[in-house]
Amino acid sequence: MERMAEPESRKATPVGRRVVLGMLGLGVAGVIFGDPVSRGIGDILQPLTSGDSGLASLVPGADNFQIYTVVSGYPTAPPDYRLTVDGMVEHPLSLTVADLEAMPATKLVKPFQCVTGWRVPDVHWTGVRLGHLLDEAGVTNGATALHFKSFDGTYTESLTLDQAGLSDVIVAYQMLGGPVTREHGGPVRLYVAPMYGYKSIKWLSTISVVNQVEPGYWEDDGYAVDAWIGRSNGLSGDPVS
Amino acid sequence: MATPSPEGETRGEQLSRFDPVERLAHWLTALFFITLILTGAALYVPAVIGFVGRRGLVERIHVDVGLALPLPLMVSLAGSWGKGLRADLRRINRWIPGDRQWLRLTFRRQSTSHLKIGKFNAGQKLNAAITGGVMLVMLMTGAVMHWPYYWPLSWRTGATFMHDVVAIFFLALVIGHIGMALAHPPALRSIVTGKVSRAWAKRHAPRWLEDLEAGP
Repeated sequence: MERMAEPESRKATPVGRRVVLGMLGLGVAGVIFGDPVSRGIGDILQPLTSGDSGLASLVPGADNFQIYTVVSGYPTAPPDYRLTVDGMVEHPLSLTVADLEAMPATKLVKPFQCVTGWRVPDVHWTGVRLGHLLDEAGVTNGATALHFKSFDGTYTESLTLDQAGLSDVIVAYQMLGGPVTREHGGPVRLYVAPMYGYKSIKWLSTISVVNQVEPGYWEDDGYAVDAWIGRSNGLSGDPVS
Repeated sequence: MATPSPEGETRGEQLSRFDPVERLAHWLTALFFITLILTGAALYVPAVIGFVGRRGLVERIHVDVGLALPLPLMVSLAGSWGKGLRADLRRINRWIPGDRQWLRLTFRRQSTSHLKIGKFNAGQKLNAAITGGVMLVMLMTGAVMHWPYYWPLSWRTGATFMHDVVAIFFLALVIGHIGMALAHPPALRSIVTGKVSRAWAKRHAPRWLEDLEAGP
């Protein structure tokens, strides 16, 4: 027969199905092997993305922060910004950025690992050890935990006092080689190196010493309170160092 | 393809190219995709994030609409009302003689008017198949991202990477799709009203017209 009705042309090649299945196969391969591939892309694009700006920041796999904000837009710090340490302390603190800069600085070069999978390696951080701030304020007996508040009015976080005392938990005023930008949570943010990124609260304004852990913003959404990288949120895998 | 005069190609005897179920499925899927692109941008592009914010809400919309994305197609395919859509999917799946050549000639910007193309040309077939593949890959990678509890961390990184890559690739396809629709008003009209003229079919889908006239 010269002319077959199209739908009945069973002998014709099912290219459509092959395209769909081929893409699905590529997709599965991408999930399983995409991590090393994206790291390769990240290494190649490093010179472009290290400045943390421009179009390179949109390339998938490039070592980029995906900027999160939980309120409308990026919050702006009040002109009379102070970081407050209050609650169960002997001497409540009210610190300007300059006050923080005058304290003993801790510099870290460590990755930022988001619980959703993206990661930025070798981020440069400068700040004051959270433990140092707590020593200055003088934690009183019975205190066990910290409650953090952001000046965006919504974002909150928590740590136990033991976690807060770790040497790689800092109140950061510099990252990526300059002051912490507004997008990244400036002027002051937390950086909790051993935990997933959501613990590193941005736009930090208040640290309250309390006697029990109160789950923070993302934890209310179901994420783990003790957010150890590789050992929480049902995730396995190597903790990044 | 030469640009035909649109007026001449919409007048005269009208044929049904898409039934109401197909059109509804197309436009609901389009609405969902546009919502996903806009909310996706508000989760991914720093400038848009800074403008929109409200990550929790945006993420919820993105995930819910993403999960609902296949529903219009699935419901349309499911019952007796899906006859037209099922027949068109078979047409889109199978490549008939001339389709490959059409693609080759179109890439070289040469005439394809001598080819007996069916109801859909190879570009339309590819667009539909790739969109189907994109839906599956985005659903799969999105599921890995959204339900973190079952996968190694490296899979989540891989899924995030694939989700981003395929999204950008698909955005280009959507822009191309809309561009082609705007460049070919009779084809655009057919997904709105369902109708094409006989003259259009004769020029762009001669084999379909032959089959129509040969009867079932």
